[in-house]
Amino acid sequence: MAICIFASSRQEVFAVGERSILMLDDLSAKLQRVLKDLRGEGRLTEAHVDAAMREIRIALLEADVNFKVVKEFVACVKGKALGQEVLASLTPGQQVLKIVRDELTELLGTVNQGLIFSKTPPTVILLAGLQGSGKTTSAGKLARLLQRSGRRPLMVSVDVYRPAARDQLAIIGREIKIPVFETVSNNPFEICQQALTQAKNVGYDVLLVDTAGRLHIDQELMDELREVKRRLQPLETLLVADAMTGQDAVNSARDFHEQVGVTGVILAKMDGDTRGGAALSIQSVTGRPIKFIGVGEKYDSLEPFHPDRIASRILGMGDVLSLIEKAEEAVDKENALRMVEKIRKDSFTLEDFRDQLRQIRKLGPLDQLFKLFPNVGPLKGISGMQVDEKGLAHIEAIINSMTPRERDHYKIINGSRRKRISEGCGCTVQQVNQLLRQYDQARKMMRQMGTGVKGKRLGKFGFPF
Amino acid sequence: MSIFNYREQPGYLARLKEAIQATKQEFVAKIDEALGREKEIDEAFLEELERILISTDLGVQTATDLIDKIRLRATSKQLRNIREVKKLIKDELLDILKGVESSQSSADVPLRLVMMIGVNGVGKTTTIGKLARLYRQEEGKDVLICAADTFRAAAVEQLEIWAQRNQVELIKQKTGTDPSAVLFDAIAASKARGKNILIVDTAGRLHTKSNLMQELEKMKRISGRELGGAPHDVFLVIDATTGQNGLTQAREFTRAVGVTGLIVTKLDGTAKGGIVVAITKELQIPIRYIGVGESIEDLMVFSPEAYVDGLFE
Repeated sequence: MAICIFASSRQEVFAVGERSILMLDDLSAKLQRVLKDLRGEGRLTEAHVDAAMREIRIALLEADVNFKVVKEFVACVKGKALGQEVLASLTPGQQVLKIVRDELTELLGTVNQGLIFSKTPPTVILLAGLQGSGKTTSAGKLARLLQRSGRRPLMVSVDVYRPAARDQLAIIGREIKIPVFETVSNNPFEICQQALTQAKNVGYDVLLVDTAGRLHIDQELMDELREVKRRLQPLETLLVADAMTGQDAVNSARDFHEQVGVTGVILAKMDGDTRGGAALSIQSVTGRPIKFIGVGEKYDSLEPFHPDRIASRILGMGDVLSLIEKAEEAVDKENALRMVEKIRKDSFTLEDFRDQLRQIRKLGPLDQLFKLFPNVGPLKGISGMQVDEKGLAHIEAIINSMTPRERDHYKIINGSRRKRISEGCGCTVQQVNQLLRQYDQARKMMRQMGTGVKGKRLGKFGFPF
Repeated sequence: MSIFNYREQPGYLARLKEAIQATKQEFVAKIDEALGREKEIDEAFLEELERILISTDLGVQTATDLIDKIRLRATSKQLRNIREVKKLIKDELLDILKGVESSQSSADVPLRLVMMIGVNGVGKTTTIGKLARLYRQEEGKDVLICAADTFRAAAVEQLEIWAQRNQVELIKQKTGTDPSAVLFDAIAASKARGKNILIVDTAGRLHTKSNLMQELEKMKRISGRELGGAPHDVFLVIDATTGQNGLTQAREFTRAVGVTGLIVTKLDGTAKGGIVVAITKELQIPIRYIGVGESIEDLMVFSPEAYVDGLFE
């Protein structure tokens, strides 16, 4: 399903992508290289494991996992890997990687853990963290998520320090249509009390408290946070942490946990290209689950945390599951099957091409989508590709300017038709030519696939994995 | 005007020392500890040293390079005793930080446009508040602030409060306006009112969002068109707690709009900001200011010598 789009956009973007490919030398490729000479043995030997652990250590450090955590982790994995049988289908490199990934997943908490709610509402949820980690935005996102699951949240900000912090939450509240408690008081404790009373009186079942950003070594503000917590008795105290944090993540997380006691973590700003090793660091010093990750600027971009996916990401293995989930959300299955049928029968028209383009673009900006691809095998390079979204808009415009007959029978598009199309869509004749050429090539490719692999492999969406 | 004046100002060194206390304790004191424990430069010592370097977010590559250098010099007897190791680290650090110092643009122009960029939550708006004070109070400039973060809720309100505190003028428009349009107005206003410095706030953006990076490129284009030579400074604001992703951030922002200097914020925590050294080393961008606290005076001009001396003395 997605293949033909990639085939057509790949040529344009490949030059840009290549640079990134060289930079993103991924762990599994490195492991294969290191273990190349050690093949052909039935069990993982000390030599295998030692060589692999050196690479794993570097990969984890480069992903910003704290060095102490790395040391413990590597020692633990080494113990488990030694003497294990290499599965028939795997190389020693893949086997080691599998062990590492499984272990990492387990450390990050095997199942995704939701929020705990009180039997006697309101449930109080406290958000705390360093300055700029994303507390206020996360408060809005979380409120939205709660509302969608049928709760009635009330938000309140007790940040009396940062200029306009309370205005920010009030504006967010208006945007997402969720009430925000506002008062003239400048005393955090008073604000808490008033908000709690309000929540009880009006019958909100969740009170979401946004606190001021503070340094973990600022004793005065940490005392204040403790007092806020004492008065509100929240069921959940969530630490909001920036996914791009480096080695220091352990220090701040540990201090927050020791002083205030956190029940879970929200990892914000995971939509960048950070590997997110901080997740592992924070998890290992607090022992508390990561409950949500922030993945965008919009208020509906808070997602449940999936340990297995983040484990793959930390190791540079891509996030195939998220990709499939996204595709499933956006792609109409029946339509997809119809497309596959069309590809097989070689009757894939420009009209279908445009439909596909539209569907793919529904998934969001394409280069972000590509980042989810594992950087291995036939997919190597896709994760680093950059896509010219405007170019895609142009393609759609060009097809829109064709007559239905032209879309069905592209071969009839001669010189004068090309000129008319180019005038109709505001593109140059060259751009029209280029599209037709690419479409022609894509069709040829599809024809090969259609006859080569019958049915099964193109089954779901035709993702080649 | 020159940044060297600051170093001679009474109190600069004392304040700097206080500001980098946490870094000193976590970094140099640990090196001292390792030096005290080990008798000679052996693998155990080097391994310990590598751990200390990595804990500063310097990056595996930079740390390994430095360790290799020390190992090489130790075997060739250039490093005779263990004390010299500390000096080598100090010199290397100073080399990296000083290497780019001279490249900063100090040409005097009647109206200087300073653009502030960075990812979300690094402290751009707060830094602008502090920077406006520094330009106005310590350099005696007439400053105007342009509120071109038209995206984040209450970003303009936040900046407005900083402008009031500094008694400087602010040009703003409604949330959701094209930031380039606000910038256009601000340049016209600065020219008409004879301002010396125009500080432009921008919305925080992740460097991976190509549409938002294009928005920045457009702002740069507009400022160059409306004001010759602008932007004169493009300051990338980096949070000291940032890990290895900081390098990618710097690369992408540089590619899009050309970063002329770095401002490191939140250095008053326990983070050591080693990633900035890696950025300076790879991209040859000087560190211009460091944020060391919550109050409006807590932004200091960065001087490599004073910083490194303060750290290692």
